[in-house]
Amino acid sequence: MIIGSQKPIDEIWGMVKDFHKVLVFGCNTCVAICHAGGEKEAETIATLLRMRASQEGKEMTVDFSSVMRHCEPEYFVPVMDDLKKYDLILSTACGVGVNFLSDRTGTIPVYPGINTSFYGAVESPGDFVELCAGCGNCILHLTGGICPIARCSKTLMNGPCGGTNKGKCEVSKDIDCAWYLIVERMKKLGTLEKLAEIQPARNWSTSRDGGPRRVSLEHIRAYEEQEEKKTESEGGKK
Amino acid sequence: MKSGSNLEKVLKSGQPAVTAELGPPMSADPHEVIKKANILKGFCDAANITDCQTAVVRISSIAAAAIALREGLEPVMQMTCRDRNRIAMQADLLGASALGLKNCLCLAGDHQSFSAAGRLKGHPGAKNVYDVDTCQLVGILKKMRDESKQEGGDPLEVAPKFFIGASWTPMGDPIDIRPMNLLKKVNAGADFIQTQGIYDIELFRSQMEKIRKMGLHEKTAILGGVIVPKSAMMLKYMDSSVAGVSVPKALIERMNKAKEAAGDDKKKARELQEAEGIKLAVELVQQVLETPGVRGVHIQAIEWESAIEGIVKAAGLYPRPTFPTE
Repeated sequence: MIIGSQKPIDEIWGMVKDFHKVLVFGCNTCVAICHAGGEKEAETIATLLRMRASQEGKEMTVDFSSVMRHCEPEYFVPVMDDLKKYDLILSTACGVGVNFLSDRTGTIPVYPGINTSFYGAVESPGDFVELCAGCGNCILHLTGGICPIARCSKTLMNGPCGGTNKGKCEVSKDIDCAWYLIVERMKKLGTLEKLAEIQPARNWSTSRDGGPRRVSLEHIRAYEEQEEKKTESEGGKK
Repeated sequence: MKSGSNLEKVLKSGQPAVTAELGPPMSADPHEVIKKANILKGFCDAANITDCQTAVVRISSIAAAAIALREGLEPVMQMTCRDRNRIAMQADLLGASALGLKNCLCLAGDHQSFSAAGRLKGHPGAKNVYDVDTCQLVGILKKMRDESKQEGGDPLEVAPKFFIGASWTPMGDPIDIRPMNLLKKVNAGADFIQTQGIYDIELFRSQMEKIRKMGLHEKTAILGGVIVPKSAMMLKYMDSSVAGVSVPKALIERMNKAKEAAGDDKKKARELQEAEGIKLAVELVQQVLETPGVRGVHIQAIEWESAIEGIVKAAGLYPRPTFPTE
């Protein structure tokens, strides 16, 4: 899932201080699980902003609400009329949600209420870890299920480098060396010799380097179009 | 000859090769490079010109290498994968070759957060590149040289003829993967290898035994690394903090003794430790060269280039071979 983290309240205040009707708008999927931007966190941010506004003598109404997901129109279409009552929406969804909503709110700005951190997992309660970089060309079968693109500080495909120190990355004693993990994992799997194969230079065009990406499923689109036509003709009969 | 570089000639002649290191300054002043080049000239077959080592901005490796070459010191330009994508790398390689550079050492590079181990501000917020890694960069150099082709496949009318090098950390972690690590660099096309600094000669020899069994010492020229120790503190730091370097207690003890012999005299303590460091380096050079499968030494006297002359002479490696110019 997408992991988010809270922004410092001073930074948020800097964004919102000149608005009068602010909605802190939460998203109850990924960012709620990581305690960054669900309804509970949206409520907390709204409370903090109200306090700040009164401390600084600003006339400001701050409300909060939330929907299940910001990344599909069906969830926020029903509340769109409510959203339009505000002069700023502070979305605590991930960056996807902020972008997606911002494209649909006309003259009302949508600002980011959290930082979108990474694609990760819940390692233990309250501990989230990045495990995938969404590079668009998965090679996990070659590396024992451990991603060197997301987890090696140098995205090396033919690691480890000379910086591995007691299983840790040269960047910090708190970062596991991904290649150390890969080697240990592949030893266990009995596939270590596979690492002798040189992985060629990657085609990064499937990653961010190819520009914004899109996945288009022709069969789903064709089906949807057909259904729409059916509904239209059925409506015509009536 | 693949490149016709002096280093390649020395290795081809079968004599043990000696390489040293020249760190360019954090300044636009060429005189530092000129000064260091003249200190090293004649005492090594080629000198590595570091590429923003420890992730600190300095005169670029290529520019400093061109200056060194002008001074009569053969350079080994270094190229890290940290700062350039494959377009910039190949453009720089063409330019470097056009400037007359003939050796190139491919490296991953210290991570941008390194900032001289925290002693300088550096640029920890920089974006790193790592479009390709060391193995892939070695392959690019080989493809350019041997197939006259860019990585993408476009032809090169005149190919850059580099003697291709890579680094190897024989005692790096996890140690049992390190021989395979070398195998990949050799298979990618590394003509020569410079290793991380060796203090634990027994451990190095046991790694070299594996390398000989794999026959890698015949496919590439391995130059064992020796980092000249300057003080007991430096040895302790390298033992605890430098990846892939372990320093036997006995060596640290020797340096400690040298330090203690000076009592409270700090200047004398420094001099005695430096003298002991040079003695130690000479012993290490000899032990590395006595290791079967090793074809030379890479002596790093970090910010202490003047130490090289004494070490090379005391190790019986002077004068360096010369070859008639073509």
